[in-house]
Amino acid sequence: MDLAYLSIGEAHKLLVDKKVSATQLTQYYLDRIAKYDGKVRACLTVCTAEALAAAKQVDAKIAAGQDIGMLEGIPYTAKDMFLTKGVRTTAASKILDNFIPPFSATVNEKLDAAGAVMIAKTNHDEFGHGTSTKNSAYHPTHNPWNLDHVPGGSSGGSAAAVAADFGVFSLGTDTGGSSRQPASDCGVTGFKPTYGLISRYGVVAMASSFDTVGVLARTAEDVSIVVQAVRGRDHRDATTIDVRTNSDLEKDWQGKSVGVVKEYVDQLEEKSKQLLEQALEDLRSIGIMIKEVSIPTIADALPAYYVLVPSEISSNLSRYDGIRFGHSSEQAYTLRETYDKTRDEGFGDEVKRRVLTGTYTLSAGYYDAYYNKAMQVRTQLRQDFARAMEGVVALVGPTAPSPAVRFTDKRDPIEEYMLDIMTVAANLVGIPSVSAPMGFVDGMPVGIQIMAPQTKDDVVLSLAAAYQGKTAWHDLKQRSPQL
Amino acid sequence: MAKFTKSEVEQVANLARIGVSESEKSELTQDLSSILEFVDALQAVDTKGVVPTSQVTGLEDVLREDEVVRCELSRDELLANTPATLEGYVKVKRVLE
Repeated sequence: MDLAYLSIGEAHKLLVDKKVSATQLTQYYLDRIAKYDGKVRACLTVCTAEALAAAKQVDAKIAAGQDIGMLEGIPYTAKDMFLTKGVRTTAASKILDNFIPPFSATVNEKLDAAGAVMIAKTNHDEFGHGTSTKNSAYHPTHNPWNLDHVPGGSSGGSAAAVAADFGVFSLGTDTGGSSRQPASDCGVTGFKPTYGLISRYGVVAMASSFDTVGVLARTAEDVSIVVQAVRGRDHRDATTIDVRTNSDLEKDWQGKSVGVVKEYVDQLEEKSKQLLEQALEDLRSIGIMIKEVSIPTIADALPAYYVLVPSEISSNLSRYDGIRFGHSSEQAYTLRETYDKTRDEGFGDEVKRRVLTGTYTLSAGYYDAYYNKAMQVRTQLRQDFARAMEGVVALVGPTAPSPAVRFTDKRDPIEEYMLDIMTVAANLVGIPSVSAPMGFVDGMPVGIQIMAPQTKDDVVLSLAAAYQGKTAWHDLKQRSPQL
Repeated sequence: MAKFTKSEVEQVANLARIGVSESEKSELTQDLSSILEFVDALQAVDTKGVVPTSQVTGLEDVLREDEVVRCELSRDELLANTPATLEGYVKVKRVLE
């Protein structure tokens, strides 16, 4: 039976109809990983025994004639930032090389309870710091569409895993585009929720006022199913919010207005611009009216992001002290050496750059000039976005300025930062956003980004689903990476 | 360029408790300078009277009942990842010289 690129609904039906067992389904993805991950290197840890044991339980339930839920027996992967009880969790950092969490993230607990089967932990930039997955302390991940290209980042392993058919969906994180940008680079759908919609409990912290749990899958419909299962208030994450939303995706777009963000389109390469024009035409074909909107302060988003995020990183990463958990230097003879050497040995170059930048911007004498100033710019950006979204149901634009870059392209830190230029604003403003495939540039996929006001998560997912109903760029059954 | 000096790198590395080698210092001096130069674009933005945003959804004072919540994990489970322990405690190198 052809199991390639199943959606959640298709996999569920095969299980219910007993055309395939949960064990066979899990084995299919484990075999794919065994066969192809030597090339892609999307995974850091493969959980063969745990996954097969979980699948066996689902099979027992089916054999006993019990009904199964939509996610029951559905294999998935999770970025190695999610704490998974008993399964090594590294945050792609040497400082957590030996860390085996004693508890699971709320999201993973919820997916466990729903019967989903975690088959692997995926690679990413160390602690989420990057746009290429090259900053993993372990190994780079290759883009399944062309192994000479990066998969984007930071959730590059998750995006590559979905594109390479290593599981039906993947959990990522998104602090400045880390789920959407790699989704764009790998030709899959990547979602960032409203800040607080999904619990961050048990997710390795990067920048707490920005961090969100992302979901990557082949379609917006699949993303929506996973989001429904993991969203909601959690007493262990005080920033979580309850949002009453419709689980049915909106289908009628006749006469609704969508704004195209001028500043993003202006920065786009010509070939991507043509694809975006075509995507807007596809949206018009379902009755949507497109109007141009301008967000002048959007140019300030990336500099503000690179003040606020390193500041929060420097604070969050102070917990890695070589004393309570994680790596501890064996060359240290005093307490002070334990800190200095543990953090020198345990952190990679980009992590050090960000911790040091953040330490500087928060230090006495510079706080007002940098941190406070950036928080004020964040306010201006929120106000500008609110204005731009008056009279439209959503904003659209490209997800990234270009397709995935090559490994051989030498880039300095700032050039790497620029790859997030179109995604960071949604995190500064706290709004939901999704990237959906909108075509190929020289054989590499690129995405369209859809944003909506806070708590309108179902709007971005519905609109992406409606777009995918009109287009086939997301359909990996028709066109998939050749591994 | 060279907004960041080597001694400033040493200073923030000291504050952040990250030991950096001599060769790292010169690289970091350059990298941190270019990052600062990049974010300095903010200095030109007029933000007079703008209230800073530290939380985007407007939540404040999320409280719970003031009750003892039992930890579900045992001492052994909690200490399983600790590099050095002694008789069920976290072992730390001497603080005072």
